[in-house]
Amino acid sequence: MRELCRVLIRRVAAVFHHRHLEDDLDAELRSHLEMAVELNLRKGMTAEDARREALRAFGGVEQIKEAYRDQRGLPMMETALQDLRFGFRMLRRSPGFSTLAVLCLTLGIGANAAVFSWIEGILLRPYPLVTHQDRLLAVSGTNRGASGSSDVSWPDFLDLQRSCTLIDAFIAEKITGTTLSIGDRAQRVPGSIVSANYFDAIGVHPILGRGFEPGEDSGRNAHPVTVISHQMWRERFNGDPAILGKTQILNGLPHTIVGVAPEGFYGTFVGYAFQFWVPASMQAQFDAGLYKLEDRGARWIEGFVRLKPGVTPEQAQAEISAVAKRLETDYPETNRGRGIRLFPLWQTPFNNAGALLPTLGVALGVVGAVLFIACANVGNLLLVRSFARRHEMTVRLAIGAGRGRLVRQLLTEGLLLSALAAAGGLVVAFWLRDALVLLVPPRGGVALRLPGELDWRVLALSAGVGLLSTLLFGLVPAILTSNIDLAGALRSQSGGVVGARGRSWVRSSLVLVQMSLSFVLLVGAGLLIQSLQGIRSARPGFSTQGVLTTSIDLFTAGYDAQRAKNFQDELVDRVQALAGVESAAFSRMTPFSYRNYSSAPIAVEGYETPPDQQPTAEYNEVGPGYLATMGIPLLSGREFTRSDNETARLVAVVNEPMAAEYWRGEDPVGKRLQVKGRWMQVVGVARVSKYRNFLETPKPFFYVPLRQNFSSQAGLNIRTPQSRGAMASALVREIHALDPGVAPQEIITMREQVDRSTSSQRIGVALLGVFGGLALLLAAIGLYGVMSYAVSQSTRELGLRMALGARASDLLRLVMSRGLALTGGGVVLGAAAALGSTRLLGYLLYNVSPRDPLAFGSASVVMMIASLAACFLPAWRATRTDPVRALRH
Amino acid sequence: MRSSRTEVLQGTLDLLVLKTLDSMGPMHGFGIAARIRQVSEDLLQLNQGTLYPALLRLEQRGWIVSRWGVSENNRRAKYYSLTRAGRKQLAEEAESWDRMSAVINRVLRTS
Repeated sequence: MRELCRVLIRRVAAVFHHRHLEDDLDAELRSHLEMAVELNLRKGMTAEDARREALRAFGGVEQIKEAYRDQRGLPMMETALQDLRFGFRMLRRSPGFSTLAVLCLTLGIGANAAVFSWIEGILLRPYPLVTHQDRLLAVSGTNRGASGSSDVSWPDFLDLQRSCTLIDAFIAEKITGTTLSIGDRAQRVPGSIVSANYFDAIGVHPILGRGFEPGEDSGRNAHPVTVISHQMWRERFNGDPAILGKTQILNGLPHTIVGVAPEGFYGTFVGYAFQFWVPASMQAQFDAGLYKLEDRGARWIEGFVRLKPGVTPEQAQAEISAVAKRLETDYPETNRGRGIRLFPLWQTPFNNAGALLPTLGVALGVVGAVLFIACANVGNLLLVRSFARRHEMTVRLAIGAGRGRLVRQLLTEGLLLSALAAAGGLVVAFWLRDALVLLVPPRGGVALRLPGELDWRVLALSAGVGLLSTLLFGLVPAILTSNIDLAGALRSQSGGVVGARGRSWVRSSLVLVQMSLSFVLLVGAGLLIQSLQGIRSARPGFSTQGVLTTSIDLFTAGYDAQRAKNFQDELVDRVQALAGVESAAFSRMTPFSYRNYSSAPIAVEGYETPPDQQPTAEYNEVGPGYLATMGIPLLSGREFTRSDNETARLVAVVNEPMAAEYWRGEDPVGKRLQVKGRWMQVVGVARVSKYRNFLETPKPFFYVPLRQNFSSQAGLNIRTPQSRGAMASALVREIHALDPGVAPQEIITMREQVDRSTSSQRIGVALLGVFGGLALLLAAIGLYGVMSYAVSQSTRELGLRMALGARASDLLRLVMSRGLALTGGGVVLGAAAALGSTRLLGYLLYNVSPRDPLAFGSASVVMMIASLAACFLPAWRATRTDPVRALRH
Repeated sequence: MRSSRTEVLQGTLDLLVLKTLDSMGPMHGFGIAARIRQVSEDLLQLNQGTLYPALLRLEQRGWIVSRWGVSENNRRAKYYSLTRAGRKQLAEEAESWDRMSAVINRVLRTS
């Protein structure tokens, strides 16, 4: 082995000392021959005989030298270097071609690498510093008869932890947040409630202090300790090395800082950079005082499991399902119909991974198409050049170069192009790696964190894709060239005919595919633009004009429930007294906000529940006058008033679909509804509206009075024609008059709130718009290339036509019609492909059919215009053909 | 005369070169060729040129080293000498050659 290495090193070294060693060899052989001649002379031969005999005894000098060289260096590598040097020279000789080709590929590879890096950073390796992410799975609850996923309760979590043997660790986690005041403004920072094993289980070790200790996640508010993020330590505590043991007030309660997380650890939630972690025992403190650790019906945990090494997700799922089944029989009231499901990280249902998955899928398809189009262009350019270099190739073949050697030369040039482009592409990807977050608005005043990850896997994949595609497209000209017939190629080169068959079919079909792919992307962009417009003009069922919304967190400010109620009442009175305010109302949630509605199992008097099913519905806790403030019409009955308070009878307002589903057309007003075991009387029916986003279908939903289901963290909605700025300062003044220690969060219009929910559509429009445009540009370049080549190769035909009396307009028409025929074919093919593929955008489409004729029509028009532009120059050049020169040639 | 000459087997050339350097000390290529010819009493047919790729191969493996020097006739020539590794290699190859030729002899005699 060592010997082999030594040989290799010497051989490699020899490659780089070529000149010196060559001189050495010459000198040695010369000295040998001279000695032989001398000896022969001494034997009495004539000078000439002595020389001839010496050479004969030696054997062929050049062959020996060649054998010696092969032994000395690395013949493969040397020819490769030769090819490379030659390739560089060829690229330098036609800088226009090289720049264009490298640019096309750079854009294609760069776009792919950027999307790969997003997928890696958001879906596949989302949690920096967390070890064994390949064994990490997300855990979520399921509810038979209901779609979607729910969370897991703490008692269920503990039972799963105890009973599952295939799992290393169950990690419980729930995103939370707290409000830190910075001067006059309250700032929301995201954090997480976790089980005590959290830091150990994910293999993250605090740089100062410790993670949580076993037992710190039990008891009610028993362990007010926190691990803070590196960022918080640096910014809020100036990197204080003696931070441990100090306290930080979180949600009104001092927490002892026991650890500082390492730099670059952002927690385990796609989309946010967490700033603090508290053990599960502090759950109630962060959940408006509702203690859920002993309530099997309270499902709030979004967790992870780490599998033992070698355990497959299927095995783990089977075991967990068995345990969940047992829990179902043991605790039927809370667990009937409930299961537990594992998800790979990239399908995590409770963070932004699941939400971004389809968008990233579309992005991948789009950039794949762009890369293909770019490669087709490069392939076309290489083809053109290989025809232009036919003469050179023929001469090389004629003087004895092997076809294999020629193919290798062309491939080397292709690889050179792709290597340059891959390097450029990675630079593009580096710029774009964090671009995704620019398209996603901050939620609740917290900026999202959606970084791309340019790790070795992304780099390798991007380089691989780049190389593979270039090989594929470098191969076409290489193979075509190797078919050169020596005699034919030496004939004149301009005898072609516009639109002649033959080798040009390869190029034409490449352009055809380019055109059809661009068409698909344009149709997609058109559909998304239309649905975005649709959303902008759609009516969500509540007012988007003239309603402002903000949020006031009294819980964090240290208010107990009674004080908070008083504060809310007084504030509503004060705001309603302001000039220009029509009404104001608190509600726990505002529509289209990023938070989750409350959800509870329900029972309806007189409604037969199917066995094994537990109807649930979402609801909102709202103050008096909420429906009027939001502009949601009442169909019958009344909405809540101040007198629907704690001492009054429990009441609810249901929406239309709920009335239709559970009361079957009867007016539910006066009927009874059971929520979490409490009976409420229905006092009104509200018209259905959109609750989370525009794409949801109408579903049962109801309202309960905020007073009877209190939360001191609530939104304040104000109906007023005044501007946001004017209202904001008035509101802060009124709040400070009540308590200078309370600050509202960001004040926005409902319009803005609604717009923020369309980020997926906007990402889609941006992706498809930008890349669709890019694709069209590349395809137009391809078409231009094909047409100008066809014109340059058929000057004789064009000249002949002119000589026979064709006018310039005839030639123009001839060339243009050929180009447009290609485009037309592309549009037809693309339309077929688009009909099959646009339904993949279904999740983004609002009120637009995936086969919308307007989108298809406008895409065709854009294609036609682009190809007219692309064909015009070659066509015009055709009309400038000089018949005399063309024919003399 | 010519027909009784033997082609040098691939691989045995290495052995011959190593042995020559072992018994004669540092030598240049021409000297090695002349010596092999002389010892084999002209029976081995050797294109002298083929010696050079073989010398390079041996040098790459570290069995011999080369150095430019001056010949007895005041001519610049490259001298090759055996290394310690080369001596070991020679011993091994000589032994395996003996074993091999003994086996072949036995096979040829018995049939």
